[in-house]
Amino acid sequence: MKEFKISAIKEGTVIDHIPADQTFKVAQILRLGQYDDVLTVATNLKSGKMGKKGIVKIGGKFLTDKEVNKIALIAPSATVSIIKNYKVEGKQIVKIPDELDNIALCINPNCITNHTEMKTLFTVVGGKPVKARCHYCERCIDTSELEIK
Amino acid sequence: MQFKGRDVISIRDFTKKEILHILDTAKYFDSGNYKEHMQGKIMASLFFEPSTRTQLSFGTAMKRLGGKVISVSDPSTTSVAKGETLFDTISMVDRYADIIVMRHPVEGASRFAAEAAQKPVINGGDGANQHPTQTCLDLFTIQKAFGKIDGLKIGFVGDLKYGRTVHSLATALTHFKTEMMFVAPETLAMPKEYLDELDSKKIKYTVTEKIEDIINDVDVLYVTRIQKERFPDPMDYEKVKGVYIIKKKLLKNAKKTMRIMHPLPRVDEIAPEIDQTPHAIYFEQAGNGIPIRQALICLVSGVIE
Ligand SMILES: [Zn+2]
Repeated sequence: MKEFKISAIKEGTVIDHIPADQTFKVAQILRLGQYDDVLTVATNLKSGKMGKKGIVKIGGKFLTDKEVNKIALIAPSATVSIIKNYKVEGKQIVKIPDELDNIALCINPNCITNHTEMKTLFTVVGGKPVKARCHYCERCIDTSELEIK
Repeated sequence: MQFKGRDVISIRDFTKKEILHILDTAKYFDSGNYKEHMQGKIMASLFFEPSTRTQLSFGTAMKRLGGKVISVSDPSTTSVAKGETLFDTISMVDRYADIIVMRHPVEGASRFAAEAAQKPVINGGDGANQHPTQTCLDLFTIQKAFGKIDGLKIGFVGDLKYGRTVHSLATALTHFKTEMMFVAPETLAMPKEYLDELDSKKIKYTVTEKIEDIINDVDVLYVTRIQKERFPDPMDYEKVKGVYIIKKKLLKNAKKTMRIMHPLPRVDEIAPEIDQTPHAIYFEQAGNGIPIRQALICLVSGVIE
């Protein structure tokens, strides 16, 4: 099969090594649906390490720490590169933070955060898979089950 | 240790040292020889869900301290029912009272209220989540009965899946060197999340469906009610409902010093014939709610240290 070439971007962000089935979710949590600069979303690409992977290239956009934290929740294996002048200028570390400050919804339907207009907060407690405890209802939840806000 | 101005929302918010200080303070109030520390102070008692016993206990504690109580006991008649948000209710009451006690059917509501209020908030139960004053009084009851908590074998029987008193007590006991034994039908077993917590803290525990496996071994038997509505299939309830009834016969070879606790109300899980035995301390346990709540009210109000 012929390798599919994805065009490089001059300036922006490249998110690589996304598990293939999470590619569109990454684009979704970054709200790229209406994005009006160069945007490449490719998935089911062959990857030595991962089997199949996804990649998202966003021209003219750099990610905030909060956005990188969101990616860490759904695609902890992803790498985020900052591109300037067609070159990798640096990497942003994709790591689940100690606290998830208003980036995810609690899965407990009887949690106050699902009954009132308010911020959510989770404390990451670790473990494998990584779990987080809701600051309000104290439910301990697999981070992979959390819905991104 | 700083208690003044703090909220009492979850047993997880307190260190071992702080818990022991709460128990020590409760001992002072239990002696009966104390001043009316809350004179001139007002406690707001907001029960968005009825719980006669808890509300009575908090009210008694405050009144014995010389304080006054204002209360909302029937939320259906208040502005809450008219769509006022919890935030608005709390913000208003915060300006009326010196301390707020709240019970609410939604989990995390007390934490949310505590963040909205300047005054200390004490959680009187938030849905299936926490009931920290119950946990403190349970610990106090064990300490009072045995003079210690370390070294005891503590059995839990009944609904361990939904029983929040069991979850919070087990969490609190991880601060101590106890061994825990969990007895429940498979459908109502202790959730894995809590067992994982015990594992991570290297606490010894056993899990079984048979009460006979542990009854002669335990120092404390903590009994909870099995509720019919927890079973999707009524047949399953019928199968287990009679299995865990504590009768004299069952205690034949139990330790003489073994003590039976129950958060009350009970239905039929402890036979009345047990009440007169030295094993029964559940009414004393309920009574211990007064000195514990007095201790917490005074500590967070800053009237004692
Ligand atoms: Zn929650």
